[in-house]
Amino acid sequence: MLEIKGLKVKLEEEDKQILKGVDLKVEAGKVHAIMGPNGSGKSTLSYVLSGKDGYEVTAGEATLAGEDLLDMEAEERAALGLFLAFQYPVEIPGVGNMTFLRTAVNSQRKARGEEELSAADFLKEIRAKAKTLKIDADMLKRPVNVGFSGGEKKRNEILQMAMLEPKMCILDETDSGLDVDAMKLVSEGVNALRDEGRGFLVITHYQRLLDHIKPDVVHIMADGRIIKTGGPELALEVEKNGYADILAEMA
Amino acid sequence: MAALAKKQEAVAARLDGMTLPAGGQWASEAREAALGRLREMGLPERRDEYWKYTRPDTLTQADAPEAAVFETGEAPLFGSFDRIKVVFVDGVFDADQSDELAGEGLSIERLADVAVKDIHWAKDLYGQLETNGQKPVERPLAALNSAFATDGVVIHVTGKVEKPVSLVYQHKADNSDAILHHVIKLDAGAEVTVLENGPAAARFNKSMEVDVADGATFHHVRAQGRDHERRAVTHLFGRLGTESVFKSFTLTVNGRLTRNEAVLELTGDDATAHVAGACMGDGDFHHDDTVFVTHDAVNCESRQVFKKVLRNGATGVFQGKILVKAGAQKTDGYQISQSLLLDGDSQFLAKPELEIYADDVACSHGSTSGAIDEDALFYLRARGVPHDIATDLMVMSFVAEAVEEVESEELRDEIIGRLESWLERRRG
Repeated sequence: MLEIKGLKVKLEEEDKQILKGVDLKVEAGKVHAIMGPNGSGKSTLSYVLSGKDGYEVTAGEATLAGEDLLDMEAEERAALGLFLAFQYPVEIPGVGNMTFLRTAVNSQRKARGEEELSAADFLKEIRAKAKTLKIDADMLKRPVNVGFSGGEKKRNEILQMAMLEPKMCILDETDSGLDVDAMKLVSEGVNALRDEGRGFLVITHYQRLLDHIKPDVVHIMADGRIIKTGGPELALEVEKNGYADILAEMA
Repeated sequence: MAALAKKQEAVAARLDGMTLPAGGQWASEAREAALGRLREMGLPERRDEYWKYTRPDTLTQADAPEAAVFETGEAPLFGSFDRIKVVFVDGVFDADQSDELAGEGLSIERLADVAVKDIHWAKDLYGQLETNGQKPVERPLAALNSAFATDGVVIHVTGKVEKPVSLVYQHKADNSDAILHHVIKLDAGAEVTVLENGPAAARFNKSMEVDVADGATFHHVRAQGRDHERRAVTHLFGRLGTESVFKSFTLTVNGRLTRNEAVLELTGDDATAHVAGACMGDGDFHHDDTVFVTHDAVNCESRQVFKKVLRNGATGVFQGKILVKAGAQKTDGYQISQSLLLDGDSQFLAKPELEIYADDVACSHGSTSGAIDEDALFYLRARGVPHDIATDLMVMSFVAEAVEEVESEELRDEIIGRLESWLERRRG
């Protein structure tokens, strides 16, 4: 589904290499997790894949369903089926959550040459999906993320994911700022979307999220590279011993 | 004094060939007095403190600069509302297009009819709030209006009026030069909504004097028509009694030159005055909001919220003042003026002023200029919203705080709908 080969990325503004050759392949139907210490390049990877400005790809490639991602605008990547659940969802005063989501859903449909969703159909779908994430009508009406708690913001991200039905979901530290109950709710939302045709890349510091969203493959990232890949047991090892052992082993 | 003499000479040039409209005794006296004020002050010029950022010449010259009529091809605003419609074409009352000037809880008359009477209640208001508003800042174009306006509406509100009074200003002639003057008096506890829309004329000088008695509520929602070349100077004078409410919102899209002045005086305790505006300009667009709010009573609240979206060299001006007189304790004054600059060519000039002579007040003001928030833009695009639509959503987000000042949901939706369709058409 998602294939990254030898990806090297530096900051546009300064001469600082962040990713130093990342290779990664996430198959459809699989959940891959990336763990790693602060500053290892995990969030940068998610931003570069989703098309944020400010980064320069100096080498390598990234494709989604065989299509070159790096050449596309952020909105084209989204329409192709890439979704990034933000670590810090942005507040947008004055734009209703519902208006925003409907604009997003229909923009993607239009870009793919599909028919736009009618107001009635959209409403029906969003109500049903919001309900399972315990998002009430008030939250749908309020401006995007404005005045939302940390947990509400993350649930709102998962609602967007559910509505947009992407092929490939990247979750950037979705567990940050969540209490136990909120994490459970968010994880259930994610698990409900697990599907044979959909890939997941879960970026996290902690193993606890992976108790809820069980990964098939775990990667450890450090200093801009994936230094170790294994099964779910790798996450448990990190939880127990920290990154120091793995880093030492690789050095 | 040489400067004043020059300004006074400019009055003579402006009025060359003009005579005061004929009228009954009260109107003639009011017009004579206004002309006297104008002659004394002279016309504004660039060196004047409050005309530094806006060139007054096209507003003060004898002939109106031509302005092509712009066909928007869209249904007029407020068209679906149950309202009392009063139509002026290039500043001339159009009876055929207007509704019957009557309604429950109010009386509406034309200034043209009222002015020929020997006696009318309007004499206590016409030119009076304007006179009060000449100090401490002179507003000569308002005096010119009081002297030469021949028409407008004179409204006396006695009850809570459901149907809004909708003043529609159509522009049909390229060289029209219109002057209208409205007087609105709300009795104690009365309530009315006044709507205004349309480009009005090639050049438009409009005054509205509103006297809001104790416990009365005045709502004002205005949209200045989309003609690209029109010019306008407008004055909104308000006097607020105890526990009264005055809320005004203006939407401006296009127009070569717009100067909107609001001069509000809170004279009774516990009164509320909100004045807000949202404007969007592209290219040859100059928009100036000049606001003066005077707190002269205890425990009053005032808000000024102005948002300007500017691109391709458009200019926005905000001059907003809160004056808290001695004794106006517990005043709550708020003022915000912001511009969203969509490119490097546009400019926003802001002059916020606070002058406070009471010691137990809360007044705050802020002014910012900025570009679109890149993080928010990326967030929208990462969800598949194309760049141009995402930009427009951010524009709507930016003006929201001003638009939310419109209390009626129905009217707010009408304004939002108009803004959205304008943005959509621009995207093509």
